[in-house]
Amino acid sequence: MSLALHAAQSPREACSRIAKREARLLAGGTLLVSEINNEQTATSVLVDLGPLNLRGIKITGTQATIGAMTTMADIAAHPKLKFLKPVAEAIGGPAVRNMATVGGNLHAETPYGDLGVALLALDAKVTLEMAKQRKTLSLEDFFAQRAKLAAYVLTAVSFTLPGANSFFFVKAIRRKPVSASVITIAAHLPVKGKKLAHPRIALGAMAPHPVRAKAAEKALDGKALDEATIAAAAAVATEDCAPQTDPYASAWYRREIAPVHLARLLQQAAGKKS
Amino acid sequence: MSKIPVSFDLNGSEVGEIIDSGTTLLSLLRNKLALTATKSGCNQGTCGACTVLIDGAPQLSCLVLAARCEGKAVTTLEGVVENGELHPLQRAFMNGFAAQCGFCTPGMIMAAKALLDRNPTPDRDEVVDAISGNICRCTGYEPIIDAILSAAAEMRGGKRKSA
Repeated sequence: MSLALHAAQSPREACSRIAKREARLLAGGTLLVSEINNEQTATSVLVDLGPLNLRGIKITGTQATIGAMTTMADIAAHPKLKFLKPVAEAIGGPAVRNMATVGGNLHAETPYGDLGVALLALDAKVTLEMAKQRKTLSLEDFFAQRAKLAAYVLTAVSFTLPGANSFFFVKAIRRKPVSASVITIAAHLPVKGKKLAHPRIALGAMAPHPVRAKAAEKALDGKALDEATIAAAAAVATEDCAPQTDPYASAWYRREIAPVHLARLLQQAAGKKS
Repeated sequence: MSKIPVSFDLNGSEVGEIIDSGTTLLSLLRNKLALTATKSGCNQGTCGACTVLIDGAPQLSCLVLAARCEGKAVTTLEGVVENGELHPLQRAFMNGFAAQCGFCTPGMIMAAKALLDRNPTPDRDEVVDAISGNICRCTGYEPIIDAILSAAAEMRGGKRKSA
């Protein structure tokens, strides 16, 4: 097919190229090249982010900064990101994980985007290089604005490493060992004394992009993680959701099982903490 | 249409081609270079039949733009044979009846080779993970897993680790 490929020279230069609708950024290619192969996109110009040196993981104390071209395999292998290993390994098979990038995952359409769910629960921030400025946004704001932002290159994501036994993750799938998500849940459950302090619950495959289950968070905040609290959180699991029907599950089914999977994950967390 | 040059190491020898910039590695291998071991199964990155090794790591050639292989080392199933001798994985697949229609087999062998090259003593779970991106419709996977474990044992020169 008639496709032009440009090597990006800088994030800003890449922005100027993608200001035209038919041009798109190429990261790992696991989503975009598939669309091109199957004629699901009118893209005719690809801007290769490979030359921009955006691949790498930097951890200083408890602060982690991950470059947007870092692959799922890089994350799974990093000795200081062991809590993210199950997240990265829930995505694709080994070959996909060698190609798929953090930046790409943050742009994936539902039900994909599992790493984004985990990062949302970690209150991650993203750095965007735009035509004339650099912007830092919370990942939550980024997801909400993603479709409307002017041309940008997402260059890095950063977050504070969670304390021990405070990060939990589940991806419910129909076909083992790997498949797209029926529901993905990430929970960050810091405790102060014996009470949860500012818990975060992020859901994937339950809306057009990963979302926080804020009603569930509110039911957990300031409480001990016991049966009653878990039940209260599960009861409002889907309040902030707009699940869609796709080949993996119907919207109805996702709403039905969201409270079940949330309750199980919280019970698992309660077991680890006691 | 833009034509660009690309050159990379393919199975130990350098290749240089002029290609359309949108050409995938899979298309280059099969259509230009007549290396048809690597298969086109889904063209979407979901079946693994197109698996090759790039700098030793498995990747899906249907999703790799050939231009991005510049300067890298690409290995296909054709490159797994050495001096006319079948690789232990190839023999194990043959002897263990791990190929029926054979369509998934090249991808399976490349995924398995990537595993054994970095982990010569995989357990069954590690083998299953290594082929988790490769779909087989014929065998039910067990003969494939057995063949990979057998090949690993032979390559170690010892008895096969229990499944």
